[in-house]
Amino acid sequence: MEHQGPETEKGIVYLEKVVQESRRDWMFKFGAGLNAAAGILLAIPLIGFVFSSLGKKQSPLNWIALGKVNDYPENQTRMATYRNPFTRPWDGETAEIPCWVRRLEGAQFQVFAVNCTHLGCPVRWFQESGLFMCPCHGGVYYQDGSRAAGPPPRGLFQYEYKVEKGQLWVRGGQMPTLAEPV
Amino acid sequence: MNKLRDVAIWIDDRLYISRLFFSTAGHVVPRSSGSWWYVFGSATLLCFVIQVISGACLAFVYVPSANEAWTSLQYLNHIQALGWYMRAIHYWGSNFMVALMTMHMIQVFLFGAYKYPREMTWLSGVFLLLLTLGLAFTGQVMRFDQDAYWGLGIGASITGRVPLIGAQLVHLLLAGPIIAGETLSRFFSLHVFIIPGLLIALISVHLRLVLTKGINEYPVPGKLVHKASYDTYYEEVLKKDGVPFVPFAIGKDLIFAAIVVVGILGCAAILGPKGPTGPPNPTIIQTNPRPDFYFLSIFAALALLPDWMEVLILFVAPVLMIGFLLILPFVSGTGEKSPLRRPVAVLSVVLIVLVLGTLTYMGETSPWSPKMSAWSGTTVPVEFLKGRSPLEIHGALVLQDKQCRNCHALGGQGGERGPALDAVATRLTHDELVRQVIQGGGNMPAYGEKLSPAEVEAVVAFMDTLRPDWAARAHNSARPEDQKSLPAGGDRNANKALLVNPGITRASLH
Repeated sequence: MEHQGPETEKGIVYLEKVVQESRRDWMFKFGAGLNAAAGILLAIPLIGFVFSSLGKKQSPLNWIALGKVNDYPENQTRMATYRNPFTRPWDGETAEIPCWVRRLEGAQFQVFAVNCTHLGCPVRWFQESGLFMCPCHGGVYYQDGSRAAGPPPRGLFQYEYKVEKGQLWVRGGQMPTLAEPV
Repeated sequence: MNKLRDVAIWIDDRLYISRLFFSTAGHVVPRSSGSWWYVFGSATLLCFVIQVISGACLAFVYVPSANEAWTSLQYLNHIQALGWYMRAIHYWGSNFMVALMTMHMIQVFLFGAYKYPREMTWLSGVFLLLLTLGLAFTGQVMRFDQDAYWGLGIGASITGRVPLIGAQLVHLLLAGPIIAGETLSRFFSLHVFIIPGLLIALISVHLRLVLTKGINEYPVPGKLVHKASYDTYYEEVLKKDGVPFVPFAIGKDLIFAAIVVVGILGCAAILGPKGPTGPPNPTIIQTNPRPDFYFLSIFAALALLPDWMEVLILFVAPVLMIGFLLILPFVSGTGEKSPLRRPVAVLSVVLIVLVLGTLTYMGETSPWSPKMSAWSGTTVPVEFLKGRSPLEIHGALVLQDKQCRNCHALGGQGGERGPALDAVATRLTHDELVRQVIQGGGNMPAYGEKLSPAEVEAVVAFMDTLRPDWAARAHNSARPEDQKSLPAGGDRNANKALLVNPGITRASLH
């Protein structure tokens, strides 16, 4: 069969014929297959690298010491800070995480994340009115963390805590969101 | 001279420059497209080029490490020669790029350029819009300061609301369970490599489509697009009234380009770079996070929407809007192009621009946010204290001390989250004020637990006096005896009336 020139058959139709009829067709296919295989070899480490965190099912949460229980006066709310347990050497100041510690009486505590439950901005404590206020969209919470006003869909996120040998411990390590509260 | 000409011909023969020219910059366009309306696309591209160049310069110095990024920004601002200016050019270049891209899109929409046969040009433009907004958001994070930190927090909180896979997406966004070192590295890679790479590829597609499908001719009212006849019509337009883009249609683009460059340089020189604000230390909570202007409208919408609409606006609205942009050329691919005959298109643009403009303005002023220092930082205007009883003055003190002013203004000072209290006694009776203070409601917290009965009595006694003299006291008509027991008002409130309504003279009060 004779090749028909581009004058009679144009564009992709012509190209198709050339490829099909070429005696070097097998070389093209073999080469393409070889590249597909090589591509897969390249893709495996790429995907493994990019999605490496999916394999690890380890929880980022850890118990963190927040200091002596008696550093927190009863019936008061104080800010405490801790170094985030999930850390890299180049985290710098971003690994310093604040939280609001409210000591009720004795070993009774409430430890709140600073992040507003609406969109995560840092809420501020106002002792005189006993309110937490958010600077972003005006969310307000009572001293016990329950929602008082504004757009937040729920009360403040609370850390799990324990008191051991006069030390206050909280379980933290991830940014609290509605999907994963502390 | 002839020798030189020979050399030029030889170079052109070997490099095919003239052929390249006639198939690109020198291609024939309708003369009508050399219009001031057609300058925004090339100006957006120019901004992108400026961003690439100034961004590459910044990357010579900037350190994309959570530990050092903020310090390197300070170094750029204060020590590196012209570092502040390069940061300012990059910042203002991004503002100009988003603004010009928006204008380009509005023009293309109004001139019906998305219609047959330029559907793919429009589609590639929609993805260019999304990528550019992606650059804008990731660029905000590069300015790794307090705003960037809490901006990421807002991004993560929004992502965390995605049903089912929210937690995984937050992890993906932050490159870990919390904002830290790897978060910045991820955003750096996106901002500097991935998104610009995709953008360059897509710009190539966009420009190639402009060449192959031709630029839209200036629409003529009544000249409808039909799939059967448009291609021959366009060819005729080119034959009858076509000119090479360079040099006969590019003039206005060139003039506008120079204006844009001078505009960016001028803004950069006069207004300077943005930030960085305080260091990205989350324990410094005295902060007021606000996004850059392109995202202020979303930020404002999130404060103003009713709770139940938030998820709709966050996740359904973007899908609908992008979906609308993507199907637009397929549902409205033919017919009228001229904005003069497309009132719905024009009104839609006006409506969207007004909505986004208003929301952006509100995001800038944020009246819904409590003024955190109003209780300790603002004064009580003396007119509100003159002639008051000790109980009422004590009430004024309680109002100040219990942070009421963070949300309620007096004499124009204080928060705007709640209503101003200047004339509250004309709206609420004594009993209603007591109830509102103790129980809260209507977006006000209840103060019953934090105020003693004596403090409630004092603060309500003070608020009972807050009305202009000429305005009637709010009263409960079912209990006329309440009305008699209230103070008669008298001259002590006259000054306040003047304060509240400066237009009223004292004579008109008496």
